[in-house]
Amino acid sequence: MQLVSFIAHIEEEFEDLPKGLIVGETAFRQLDGWSSMMALILIARIDSEYNVNLSAEELAEAATVNDLFDLVKARVAI
Amino acid sequence: MAIFSISGVKLAGIATTVPMHEVSNLDFETIPEAERKLFVRSTGINKRRVAKKGTCTSDLCEHAANALLKALNWNPEEISVLVFLTQTPDYITPATAALLQHKLGLPKTCMALDVNLGCSGYPYGLSLVASLLRNMPGAKALFLAGDVSSACLSEQDKSAAPIFSDAGSATALVQDSTAADMHFNLETDGSGYEAIIIPQGGYRNPTTLESLQYVEESPGIIRNKTNLILNGINVFNFSVQIAPKNARALMEHLNMDQSAIDYFVFHQANLIINESIRKKMGLTLEQAPQTLHRFGNTSSATIPITIASEIQAAISKKPCRLLLSGFGVGLSWGSAIIETNGMVCLPVIEADL
Repeated sequence: MQLVSFIAHIEEEFEDLPKGLIVGETAFRQLDGWSSMMALILIARIDSEYNVNLSAEELAEAATVNDLFDLVKARVAI
Repeated sequence: MAIFSISGVKLAGIATTVPMHEVSNLDFETIPEAERKLFVRSTGINKRRVAKKGTCTSDLCEHAANALLKALNWNPEEISVLVFLTQTPDYITPATAALLQHKLGLPKTCMALDVNLGCSGYPYGLSLVASLLRNMPGAKALFLAGDVSSACLSEQDKSAAPIFSDAGSATALVQDSTAADMHFNLETDGSGYEAIIIPQGGYRNPTTLESLQYVEESPGIIRNKTNLILNGINVFNFSVQIAPKNARALMEHLNMDQSAIDYFVFHQANLIINESIRKKMGLTLEQAPQTLHRFGNTSSATIPITIASEIQAAISKKPCRLLLSGFGVGLSWGSAIIETNGMVCLPVIEADL
């Protein structure tokens, strides 16, 4: 599981944002177009790509894209 | 383990009633326009059906039941079993099934009871009614299911209000020794009871003046403690994991391949959930029809509405084998495999209710 492809999946869901804007340090909740709906969309995308289900509580702990990546990576590795 | 089969009960017919009045989610004023569009695209729900103030689930079900009795040419006097499945009854006490027995003109020799289940309710209710009928030679039953969710939602809660629509359904069953077996796999996990809940107004947390105060929980979410709360992410995770697993377990139990099922009728939760389930199971849109864009999430009525709306024509041409899958509040979930040999299925009825 690579950060670059993980970011590419997130970028696809934020379709109005220019490519390259999202990096590991990005605080995704601060992005234009973020809403609680986006949280569900990201959870669904992560489920579809990695077969990992993050809970609402786990998502709430993640501030940056890196945090999210680490959460998913730890679960994929199991 | 609640995997079981019931023989000798036939599904005679289905009718569904929705209110005429439609509300567009693009007009949901408490959130910005861009978020409304994202909501509609993601959930697949652009319009919802909202009952008139004062209309109860029992009114919609009564309407559907009368239409169904007429279409079947059944006399109300012949009904021996009435099950009313809802989370929005007329009263806390008495059971609404008793009122419906009277309103529908069913005989006093009819047993009638309420069941408190939501999105998992359709397969659950079918199993209950079929279990009761199997030992009553020639007996007939009505299974009524639905919700007027608009009555318990806050119109200012973007996380719940735009998802739900109101509807009532009526399903007729009859004891018939020639009928194909019905198969069920029903499950429960009460540890998730808070994922979908009305926290106050029951007897654990009775209504107080404070219960009725509207509070802004977060931007776009204003509600009181007697309104329904929905934890969208946790419901997603639960649904996409258990619905395919439960359906597969039932098919495996019966040594039945997915290709042996003509249609998979899933509870219509929202498009993100339904698409995830459909893709996980490798089903086409034709195999797993959707009605979210037309009727939203109508709780226990989504399965009969989807049958009536999307596969009524196919059912009228030839017998079909259907896998029905419901999942949600409880947490509670289950599936049923049924056959529609000669079943009467009315198109969805729009009523001024």
